[in-house]
Amino acid sequence: MNLESIPLQAFLIVSSALFCIGIWGLLNSRNAVRVLMSIELMLNAVNINLMAFSSYIDNNLIQGQVFTIFVITVAAAEAAVGLAILLSLYRNRVTVDMESFNLLKW
Amino acid sequence: MSIAITTQFICFTALSLVVIIGALGVVLLESIVYSAFLLGGVFLSVAGLYLLLNASFVAAAQVLVYVGAVNVLIIFAIMLVNKKEDLKPINDIKSRRVISTSICLTLLSLLIRVDLTNVWSLSSPQYSIGEESTIRIGEHLFSDYLLPFEVASVLLLMAMIGAIVLARRDVMSKDISTGLPVDQELIEKSSEPLLTNKN
Repeated sequence: MNLESIPLQAFLIVSSALFCIGIWGLLNSRNAVRVLMSIELMLNAVNINLMAFSSYIDNNLIQGQVFTIFVITVAAAEAAVGLAILLSLYRNRVTVDMESFNLLKW
Repeated sequence: MSIAITTQFICFTALSLVVIIGALGVVLLESIVYSAFLLGGVFLSVAGLYLLLNASFVAAAQVLVYVGAVNVLIIFAIMLVNKKEDLKPINDIKSRRVISTSICLTLLSLLIRVDLTNVWSLSSPQYSIGEESTIRIGEHLFSDYLLPFEVASVLLLMAMIGAIVLARRDVMSKDISTGLPVDQELIEKSSEPLLTNKN
């Protein structure tokens, strides 16, 4: 088993790029479903980070993998509730445009 | 994992390219359906990266939960809300794009700088448990992470109930003002948007 072959930094750079793409999509999407997809991308970037650290730095106790399991659980719950909120919004507003969801604006 | 170093490099490069290009496609493509399927590809590639990191259990969980549940849920949501609509143009869309892109690029450069300049205290691979990781995850989940494990089950129950309550259609058996029984067949057709956009 030979983990020195791929440097840890490669995984970290991939996850950084994925996280920034997720933030860009979160800020720039008009479609509410795409905003939820961007959040999933960011959660995956965080998971890659946790897995890389658990494999390179904590490779005996692998607590990062346990954390990844919990993050996956929370992401599944978040996706279900987020899409339910989206459906309820769509029923009231008949649009998925983020610019028209100004219910909390005073 | 006992595959050759060259194979590992090739797999890592291919998977990383699929992850980055797929993520760019998710946020940049016009069609939301293409974005959803590309998102499935990104999730699968991330599972491949987990396999490269000797984590077969988490890779399987990633495929089951993300590709099997979250992505299918997103595709169902797209199917339910998929309506062609002409989005209103925003006045300062250019400056908004420029500002958000510069923020993201600055954050990316900062993160990459930290990744490359920090000296990580790597542990030696002789202590690695390698393929035994599934057993170790099970030990963690039933000893020192037992409380978070149980809390996660409660969280899933709460999310399930919340999703049902939020997405359910409120069906009344009788009209509030007149007291007459409501024709359930017509609810779908007669429902008007409650909060019409004032602008």
